Amino acid sequence: MMLSAKNLTVGYGDRTILNDLSIDIPSNKVTAFIGPNGCGKSTLLKTLSRVIQPKHGSIELDGKSFQHYSEKQLAKKISLLPQVLHAPEGMTVRKLVTLGRTPYLSFLGRLSEVDHEHVTNAIKNAGVEAIADHFVDALSGGQRQRVWIAMILAQDTPIVMLDEPTTYLDLSHQVALMQLIRAMNNQGKTVVTVLHDLNQACRYCDHLIVMKDGKVITQGMPEAVMNRSLLKSVFDLDAEIFQDPIAQSPMCVSLF
Amino acid sequence: MPLLKLSMLSGLLLLGICMGCFIGAANISIDEIAFFVFTNEGSTSVIWEYRIPRALLAIGVGAGLGVAGALTQGVFRNPLASPDLMGVSAGAGLAATSVVLFYPESSNEFLMIAAIFGGFVGAGAIIILAQLFSAQTVQFALIGVALSAFLASCIDFLVMTHPGEINAAMIWLTGSLWGRGWEHIPYLWGSLLVFLLIALMITWKMEAISLGDEAAVSLGIKPQQFRLFTLGIVVILSSLSISVCGTMSFVGLLAPHVARLMFRSNFRVIVLASALIGGLLVLMADLLARGIQPPLEIPAGIMTSLIGAPYFIFLLQRGKV
Repeated sequence: MMLSAKNLTVGYGDRTILNDLSIDIPSNKVTAFIGPNGCGKSTLLKTLSRVIQPKHGSIELDGKSFQHYSEKQLAKKISLLPQVLHAPEGMTVRKLVTLGRTPYLSFLGRLSEVDHEHVTNAIKNAGVEAIADHFVDALSGGQRQRVWIAMILAQDTPIVMLDEPTTYLDLSHQVALMQLIRAMNNQGKTVVTVLHDLNQACRYCDHLIVMKDGKVITQGMPEAVMNRSLLKSVFDLDAEIFQDPIAQSPMCVSLF
Repeated sequence: MPLLKLSMLSGLLLLGICMGCFIGAANISIDEIAFFVFTNEGSTSVIWEYRIPRALLAIGVGAGLGVAGALTQGVFRNPLASPDLMGVSAGAGLAATSVVLFYPESSNEFLMIAAIFGGFVGAGAIIILAQLFSAQTVQFALIGVALSAFLASCIDFLVMTHPGEINAAMIWLTGSLWGRGWEHIPYLWGSLLVFLLIALMITWKMEAISLGDEAAVSLGIKPQQFRLFTLGIVVILSSLSISVCGTMSFVGLLAPHVARLMFRSNFRVIVLASALIGGLLVLMADLLARGIQPPLEIPAGIMTSLIGAPYFIFLLQRGKV
């Protein structure tokens, strides 16, 4: 499942965020968009997940523009974990996970046997069985995130987009989430995510796309991309790169 | 569990209809009613000609407003949204008042169509204003308050400048079921049932909308399009109610809140419960309106405000809004 953007221009009102940006998302890999605040990485992710409409350019899935697909068809290919999760009052975890099946439902919204099976598996794979009958609005941030991941698993899409999934989590929940992301990738899913923590991106992602001022500066494996001059030029950060003693991935340590 | 509570609500509605047979300007005893039920004759035709249709209308009107309120709050993810604040009530009220004042001879059907038209214009104005100011939740509600106040003052102006028709027009300012009967039942209940059914059919999409627009889009739903469609149903349901009995304030706002307090459940149940609770609210309001000081009648709309306003403040204080 090949996803690529061609000559994207995106903006709000008069303000242009992305200007004539083209990018290929590598299939079956975990890709992270990184860059300083306001570089357009979240905007790019939202455009790729259809939340924002580009002013110019197109996004192609398997060589065909999004316009060739219906909303439902696209919802069966690409799912999104938004940055801010609205937890509706009085909705149980199981019900929320069931909503992941929305694009598969027919006119009246009746769930089939297959739908129920997907929901049960998603709840199990995201590790939220114990809280399946709890109300979502009563859960902690970390649990809520897991429940939404379960919903995305139920949606059963080959491509998964995550908008800053670790921002509001404590460290242990961040690690658990990144492992869940790796597990999704092991099942053959293409994962695209926006991350703030460079070391996290280096450790858990296969491919980094570095952005600044709405442009892609460089991309590639973490080992190939990360170096002192990039950190200085993109993040305005004086830092040294070491090798992570556990994962052997690049590790940035700021000098000041 | 929801089934039990829903049948309890239906039971209360039946009880209300029975009570409605006794209460009113003419005093009718239980014996007379029993006599009427078994023989279908006697002085008690008052019951069949006035009180039963009036109770059915009260339920229909309240149910319509309740469903409209539940849909509005759901689709805007805004607990302050209601047909009253969407410009629908005031728009429909202004249109209905104009028809009554300028074309007093027109038929019920014409009045209904005019009210629906007014409701659409009111809602359209709010949507355009909200787009212009790219309004968020609170601004949206405030725009609604402002526009509704403006339209209500237009109604006031019309009424004041046509003192000859003031009695008829007052009904649209306060909401009353006085003098309404069987002739209103077919179209009110007919359209209520049709649109309630449509509402129940689309509620599953509402659940996806409740997760936020970003999530809804990624689940394959077009939020804007869905919102407009749902708003269309809201306008029709509330304008119909208004064309029958004028503006019953607070019903559309309150019924869904009470429903959510009673049922922590899916949207389909909330919509059904809002219909029952709305019906119960207006029925009770109408019973109180004619029972407090017969033969004097207080407009039911005043009663819904009297019940609604304090309850709404109670909800605010509990942080439920």
